[in-house]
Amino acid sequence: MSMPFYVSPEQVMNDKAQYARKGIARGRSLCAVAYNEGILLAAENPSEVLHKISEIYDRIAFAGVGKYSEFDALRRAGVQFADVRGYQYSREDVDARSLANAYAQMMAHTFTNDIKPLEVEILVVEVGMTAAEDQLFRITFDGVVLDEDHFSVIGGEAEPIADRLRESWQDGLSLGDALRTARAALAGDDRTIDPHALEVAVLSRANGRRAFRRIEADSLAELLGS
Amino acid sequence: MSEGLGGGTDFVALLRSLGHDPFGTIVSASADPARPAAAGTNQPVVAHGTTVCAIRYADGVVMAGDRRATAGNLIAHRTMEKIYPADRHSGVAIAGAAGAAMEMVKLFQLQLEHYEKLEGVPLSFEGKANTLAQMVRSNLTAALQLGLVVVPLFAGYDMRRRRGRIFTYDATGGRYEETDFQAEGSGGRDARTTIKLGWREDLPREAAVELAIAALYEAADEDSATGGPDPVRGIYPMMATITVDGFEELPDAEVAERFVALIERKRRESGMPEPPPAPPPATPRRSRATRSEGGDAA
Repeated sequence: MSMPFYVSPEQVMNDKAQYARKGIARGRSLCAVAYNEGILLAAENPSEVLHKISEIYDRIAFAGVGKYSEFDALRRAGVQFADVRGYQYSREDVDARSLANAYAQMMAHTFTNDIKPLEVEILVVEVGMTAAEDQLFRITFDGVVLDEDHFSVIGGEAEPIADRLRESWQDGLSLGDALRTARAALAGDDRTIDPHALEVAVLSRANGRRAFRRIEADSLAELLGS
Repeated sequence: MSEGLGGGTDFVALLRSLGHDPFGTIVSASADPARPAAAGTNQPVVAHGTTVCAIRYADGVVMAGDRRATAGNLIAHRTMEKIYPADRHSGVAIAGAAGAAMEMVKLFQLQLEHYEKLEGVPLSFEGKANTLAQMVRSNLTAALQLGLVVVPLFAGYDMRRRRGRIFTYDATGGRYEETDFQAEGSGGRDARTTIKLGWREDLPREAAVELAIAALYEAADEDSATGGPDPVRGIYPMMATITVDGFEELPDAEVAERFVALIERKRRESGMPEPPPAPPPATPRRSRATRSEGGDAA
């Protein structure tokens, strides 16, 4: 009878984390930035149909980086979670905090119990009635939830981009300014990103019940130009 | 969290998989023997909505409904709303058992939004009409056992075919496309006749709205269960247009003004003497609290 080799739990976790980080680092980064009417989400994404940013509920958006099939499954689960909760109780009872917690539970469970961890990092964003009530939750591959203010970045390049946003972000940015700030932060100093390679959406307090709107390529070019 | 519920986009199936039974609940709750039953039947006394109509015109469709709900021969509610936005480019009007109908509308709105969010694109107009047919069919047990028949009227702007479309249903989920106009409910026949006399291809918005107003007026004139304009309380029928720009409810003041004009015209035509100068129409008073629920604020 053969005995399995002993591997320390610490080693297993380190290996998994390294594997997940590698997968996430392969893709481009994404950021959410607060502006005067709500929250802007911008991602570098050459595809116009495979979205990284999407609507979950009236005031809640989802964004993911890493392996598409994995964060898309998380997105679908989030829409189901939110719609069922809204049906069962009321639309007001669906909030980003409980959704972020549910995601954290799920991702932590996968990280500990499955052989392969999720190679994704996600953002759950809720626009409040006032800017002070805006909520940004960043959830890492191992299910750690981070509650962030004003802006949040996910992806392999998250640290340098967050540093750039710390420098450039200001309170009360207009939509155009927030977009330019986000694009510059995502690109860094030595390149610019073409509007066609950007996926942008907003959660705006001005949009009525469903706050989520995509900003398509033509209006994007217009906003960036102005 | 519900990962692993399958890749489906069917919200009702999702609810069932989680132990909810949206259509079954209606049956078991209403079948409670402790609830009052109408004399001589085993049917509970529930509120019924009455007359709704939809008319296709040049830019899309106009939908209109009176505000009365009846329970037997009593007026159950004076400010009921029977026209709901289903999503940005369609609306649903309800006639029949009010409770079951409102639950159906809520589920229908959720289903359309659920699909749109999961798939990233809205259902085709045809797809929406079929979805509603399945929901009406799911309600068949309640319709047969308890008489809780729900007959929705589905209308809107088809973004692919670039025109207004109208669908009607029967209790078994039968789905019928109407070419030009339709009216449902107890006063539906009178409304339909009125529309038939005034309808022509490519009506402008003004004329379509006037026609809908006249239809509801005539329905209320002939059918006791249909509520007419109520200047005393400031309650007027609800109207909405659906065009390429989306679902848009007509302001109360506009509807009130048109009814006042219609009544004035009728009075003149019948040769009635001039009444003493009337005060301006009462400020419309409507309970709108439940409206936003689920609806698309387009």
